[in-house]
Amino acid sequence: MTKPPPDKLLWMYETMLLIRRYEETLAQVYLQGKRPPDIPPGLSFDIASGPVPGEMHLAAGQEPVAVGVCAHLRETDTVVGTHRSHHVAIAKGVPLDRMTAEIFGKVTGLGRGKGGHLHLFDPAHRFSCSGIVGASLPPACGAALAARLTGSPAIAVAFLGEGAAKQGIFHESLNLAGQWRLPVVFVCEDNRSAIPGAEDRAAAGASSAERAKCYGIEGIAVDRNDAIAVYEAAAVAVDRARQGGGATLIDVKTECHFGHFQGDARVFQPTTGAGEPRPHDPIATLAATLRRRKLLDDALDHRIRQRAEGHIAAAFEFARGSLYPAASEATEHVFA
Amino acid sequence: MNTAGHPAPGAPRILTTAQAIAEAIGQEMERDPRVFVMGEDFGRYGGVFSATGGLLERFGPERIRDTPRSESAFIGAAAAAAVEGLRPIAELMSVDLFGVCMDQIYNHLAKNRYMSGGQVKLPVVLMTAIGGGHGGAAQHSQCLYATFAHLPGLKVVVPSNAHDAKGLMTQAIRDDNPVMVFLHRGIMGLPWMQYQEGASVAVPETAFTVPFGQAAVAREGRHVTIVTLGLMVHKALLAARTLHTQGIEAEVIDLRTLVPLDTQSVLRSVGKTGRLLIVDEDYLGFGLSGEIAAVVAEHMDEVALAAPIRRLGVPNVPIPYSRPLEQAVIPSVTRIVEACCELADAKLKAAA
Repeated sequence: MTKPPPDKLLWMYETMLLIRRYEETLAQVYLQGKRPPDIPPGLSFDIASGPVPGEMHLAAGQEPVAVGVCAHLRETDTVVGTHRSHHVAIAKGVPLDRMTAEIFGKVTGLGRGKGGHLHLFDPAHRFSCSGIVGASLPPACGAALAARLTGSPAIAVAFLGEGAAKQGIFHESLNLAGQWRLPVVFVCEDNRSAIPGAEDRAAAGASSAERAKCYGIEGIAVDRNDAIAVYEAAAVAVDRARQGGGATLIDVKTECHFGHFQGDARVFQPTTGAGEPRPHDPIATLAATLRRRKLLDDALDHRIRQRAEGHIAAAFEFARGSLYPAASEATEHVFA
Repeated sequence: MNTAGHPAPGAPRILTTAQAIAEAIGQEMERDPRVFVMGEDFGRYGGVFSATGGLLERFGPERIRDTPRSESAFIGAAAAAAVEGLRPIAELMSVDLFGVCMDQIYNHLAKNRYMSGGQVKLPVVLMTAIGGGHGGAAQHSQCLYATFAHLPGLKVVVPSNAHDAKGLMTQAIRDDNPVMVFLHRGIMGLPWMQYQEGASVAVPETAFTVPFGQAAVAREGRHVTIVTLGLMVHKALLAARTLHTQGIEAEVIDLRTLVPLDTQSVLRSVGKTGRLLIVDEDYLGFGLSGEIAAVVAEHMDEVALAAPIRRLGVPNVPIPYSRPLEQAVIPSVTRIVEACCELADAKLKAAA
């Protein structure tokens, strides 16, 4: 088992903190203007209003999956995310300021404000995501195929939810990856919040990790929402992909602290709200491990937290201070 | 409003569109044991767009059936169950997500009756949410009804208010053909989405049908005809109010169904006003607005135009996320007013 070295442990801790605080900040900003004083009768929450319009899917709680996998990746490796992707984007190195500007719909955003929270494209950091469930798997196969055809040592990673594992595209992509021995890692984040409902109601038969084996690719189940456990599983999968050993599916049981989307009726999972104490917060767990190994003390923890708050404040300031695109931009970029 | 409240005795009962749809489905399920519903997230949620609210408690999980995220499988299953004599209603959250099961829709659901030489019937209702204006960006804001209207074999329904939604839904369930019911998010009455107040109207408690292929005259006028549907009916009505203060009387035609299309109502109104504006929240190119314009052009021997036909639609770009861009591409009340004013001033050039 590949244990994470001290520098990786500290990177994972700092990145998890950054993700958590970023999402908590974003959740608050997202609420601004959503309940305006002149709200029409019957409307309790207006997703179109405020500085951040549209649906908002937050990943707080799922930080271990993002950092445990991305800790092994290089700049040249491709990552494809889902509709719930901020944690993965941050762990892959997508700049916080331009991502935030995109979420605000500003011209300085990753996609000049055209994609928004659901559709983040950062080719420079080889990151993209999609609002369509299951849509992350084929592009990861494609990037992996391109790496093979061009002789690049790069690999590709697709993140998906447990809902996507019921789509036809899941089976087709696993089959392709197995057939062609593609250097790809599929990471199933099972947060048990898929529309429509819990794993026990929505899946028949074997788990995703077991199903992977039917397609000639390896399956690894990680039953703890724990950064070190994910890191160790991802070490095996990434190494296999880099060595030409083919694809792996990692199935992680994780936890989403927010609802399916902000402002929904919160019926998808029985979790508590952000900020409330949780029995097994993965960040607290990792902090305890770091302290036990004398890698973290109060002073360093304080510095790490200050640094995260500084990044986040700068990103939101950048986004708020940026301009909206001119309306004439609406018809640009349809064709090359 | 999202709740019907408690109207005074004898006062008309006002429902939101979501409540009206759920009532139509419930009444048809009472009437006909062959009717059942399949879709995602009925169990604890009542459907993401609340169109099946309260039905699980009444009819149980056999007839209000939660599906996995396996749309090709359950849409295909609905088609086959219909052939077997059942009458399935299937819900897919959002029309943007239909790509994953298009083969089952356009190669099977739409065509099997024809290809069987009329031997089989496919009484399936597919309902889904459409429309933008809420920051949903390119994958969660489309209308796409013209895409399905383009395919022979599918009936296409786009209500604009709660009354029509109930009547059209009841008609759809009783129809022996595949019917697609497109429900604009902005007329449903969801607690988390801006709502067009005019969509909540009096809805009879007893079951009734609104026949397909009959447009409604949402407002009468003599100077210009606005042909539209869905949420845009309400924007057109708001524009008509402004136009009235400027001395222009706009007639607003709510198409209600695309397939079948009520061409007679369009021609009658254009014959009266001589001026036509088509307002559409779907893409401008190769769509509804082109179809309506073509219908009028083909009948120029019957109707006389006083001005060239005008169209407002999404200008062939994906719906952008950023608010000013989104507002720039989705037709607005202001632009409907401007287009009508231009039409009122415009003249056909005399033939050379």
